[in-house]
Amino acid sequence: MSEQKQHILTEKEYQKIVKDKEPKRPVVRNCIRAFLVGGFICMLGQAISDIYIYFFNFTEKSAGNPTSATLIFISVLLTSLGIYDHIAQWAGAGTAIPVTGFANSMASAALEHRTEGYVLGVGSNMFKLAGSVIVFGVFSAFIIALIRTLVSMIGGA
Amino acid sequence: MEIYFWAFVVGGLICVIGQLLLDLGRFTPAHTVTILVVAGAILSGLELYQPLIDFAGAGASVPITSFGNALVQGALSEAKQSGLVGIVTGIFEVTSAGISSAIVFAFMASLLFRPKG
Repeated sequence: MSEQKQHILTEKEYQKIVKDKEPKRPVVRNCIRAFLVGGFICMLGQAISDIYIYFFNFTEKSAGNPTSATLIFISVLLTSLGIYDHIAQWAGAGTAIPVTGFANSMASAALEHRTEGYVLGVGSNMFKLAGSVIVFGVFSAFIIALIRTLVSMIGGA
Repeated sequence: MEIYFWAFVVGGLICVIGQLLLDLGRFTPAHTVTILVVAGAILSGLELYQPLIDFAGAGASVPITSFGNALVQGALSEAKQSGLVGIVTGIFEVTSAGISSAIVFAFMASLLFRPKG
């Protein structure tokens, strides 16, 4: 009897033990790193956007597209050279949250699976990580735009 | 130059939110990024994201939250012109540059480079 009771207890306590044994995550340190690197990437984006505005006659609004394309290019290049993953290891969310992280996930999936061929490897694995962003982004955008449009239709009529 | 300061602060803070979701919320990176995209879409639907871009520039337009915003804005502007069908036809209108350039560059990388450990 008692043995069985103890068994149940250890089963229940197992998660707690796992949690205690797990190394504590240095949350504050990680947040500072994410803040510094994420902030720097956004500041770089601001500089690129200003270059497009001042030297290539883009407006503040139209400069957004070439700016993200440029950041994506830099990110893919750094991923290909193996540099981005080193920065990402240090910066955590600081490199994952900017649009560069989206490009990094696509480029690293493309590189990782190229040995399986260009169609089955590169083509079908490129969106392995980025796919969920697009699926949930598009679906939530659809619902939100639908609500907004219906509300304005009813309000307008 | 003030915009550079705010781009740094706001962009950094969005990344800190992501880091907290990873560390305290125990979400995977894929879940974290997905949550932020949906959050950006919701803020966009409430008309709160464009003011953030006006205030912080690239600090709001570079993080992935702006992808959700751009999807909603593309759908809404097209819906204004052609009604409900516009939601579907307009969704990728603004984000085309980001997605197509990511596909093109990532594919070119797979042609030119080998994975590095």
